[in-house]
Amino acid sequence: MEERIAERDDEIEGFEELSAEEKVAIGKWFLLKSPPGQIRQVAKDVQTVLMDDSLFTKAAEEAFPEYNVKHMIPVELPDHSGKVLVTKYAEVDNSHYLDPRTAVVATIDHIKQVCTNMRPAADDELPTALMEEYRISVDAELLKYVEEAYPGGECAVYCTCGKNVDKQEGEIELAAVISNASFSSKNFRGGSWRAVWRIQINEELHAAELQGQINVNAHYFEEGNVQLDTSYECHDSIQFQDAGDMGAGIVNVVERLESEYLSSLEDSYAKLSDRTFKELRRKLPVTRTLFSWDKALQLSLSRDLAREFTSKR
Amino acid sequence: MEAAMDLMRRMPPAECQQALASLLALLPSQSPELLSRVDQPLQVACDEEHAKQYLLCDYNRDGDSYRSPWSSKYSPPLEDGVQPSAELRKLEQEANEVFSIYRDQYYEGGISSVYLWEPEHGKGFVACFLVTKDGSESADGRRGLLQQGLWDAIHVIEVGEEDEGSVHYCLTSTVMLALTTADQSSGSFSLSGSITRQMEADASMTDGHLCNMGRMIEEMESKMRNGLDQVYFGKTKEVVFTLREPLGVLNASSRSGQSLQQCIINEIGRF
Repeated sequence: MEERIAERDDEIEGFEELSAEEKVAIGKWFLLKSPPGQIRQVAKDVQTVLMDDSLFTKAAEEAFPEYNVKHMIPVELPDHSGKVLVTKYAEVDNSHYLDPRTAVVATIDHIKQVCTNMRPAADDELPTALMEEYRISVDAELLKYVEEAYPGGECAVYCTCGKNVDKQEGEIELAAVISNASFSSKNFRGGSWRAVWRIQINEELHAAELQGQINVNAHYFEEGNVQLDTSYECHDSIQFQDAGDMGAGIVNVVERLESEYLSSLEDSYAKLSDRTFKELRRKLPVTRTLFSWDKALQLSLSRDLAREFTSKR
Repeated sequence: MEAAMDLMRRMPPAECQQALASLLALLPSQSPELLSRVDQPLQVACDEEHAKQYLLCDYNRDGDSYRSPWSSKYSPPLEDGVQPSAELRKLEQEANEVFSIYRDQYYEGGISSVYLWEPEHGKGFVACFLVTKDGSESADGRRGLLQQGLWDAIHVIEVGEEDEGSVHYCLTSTVMLALTTADQSSGSFSLSGSITRQMEADASMTDGHLCNMGRMIEEMESKMRNGLDQVYFGKTKEVVFTLREPLGVLNASSRSGQSLQQCIINEIGRF
């Protein structure tokens, strides 16, 4: 019965009113699509266009956690001792995230994007001593690399499997993440580089396999709106002697593959101007001169006349 | 409304259709303004009579029907749809033909349409020139480089009245583009964007309106194409390179460069 009344209302008003769920879904969509560093501005706009604060809050509550985890945002710890990365590997629950380097669990307010509390990690939240050896080995090298290659970037290494395994039962898995983002509204630009490296270690064989996934975004919006969106996957494997030197081996591969990717990006940009863009529009016609408007006009007029003559006959 | 426009400026250009559809659903009372202020990729229709395609926009629309520049008829048919005056229609036909040749020379494919109309108030007339090009390898892309490639250009020119043999033209152009290259070795690479520019000029009537408008559009398109290529895409490249520095390249600002500088300075200092 209610539906029928609602339908008639629609007819009277001439347009369909969206349901609350649909509005929340739209709000969430806009928030999730925010370019790096701009979710707060987008949030202000979404609040305005939704014209309903309770719907906006619902959309924000759903979108912000997803956005923060996807973009691996770094959040300052309350005692200013460093930053914790909000990533899916760090998730203890949807408002608590572990920083493996300092063994601290941070409470995160997703919508404000701040850390409201911190506490030492419990034993069952931390990896075993064996896993920690490998983790530290990679973390130490990764820190050095990230400091050199990523101005302002952050990184973390997590144990993703076999956390509670005391003796080796096949493979140990780690996940190394690198996250760097920048935003300057004054210069109308922003961007982010996110890399996730999954590492599977086989202690017996002294071998490790890595799979990398890199996502790069860039946004330039001075009197316009231009965005870059890339993604890349790669993999490799290494041999190592022991946990101590494994880290260097892993990070060397990461550095090499990421540098290769950076040059392939440079390559793509170089090709763009000369070749790729031509697929859309040439710089000049094949004649290498500007288009001759008056000649073309004459041609078309004489064609018209010819057509008129032939049709009159 | 301003919040809606700000959202459109921030959303990924490749998703502008979804973004606009969402805004129209949220703010139905603002749809006329949204539809006229937000640029959208151009839709294509086919004129069966002339076996030619034409482009749809607000300027050839009357109600839910669109007027073909080839037959000047509305589809779906309208009994008394808005039509340009006979004189304007003649100019419109010439414009479509000539612009088609221009389009072929620069775009090597694509579809174009030109629509002319008299404004409600004031004298003179308004013209809009539209071009759409699908450069993906499955469509018009001759070199097979793009998985996805779309270029849409919308040029609206306000033409003033003739004053002592000279006319004032005011051009507003919007270019929207999206391109994606993808291959095994380098993953997927997508650039998309939209920019709007304006240009005004006075020209004599010696060569006629078409030549004057055409030259302005040609100049504007080239400027925008190069601007997108060099400035806009170039800036996104800069952003990437500030996020991740190329290692092994020693320059004064990189960490390895600075530490090397320091070593050298220390060595020199010893003497």
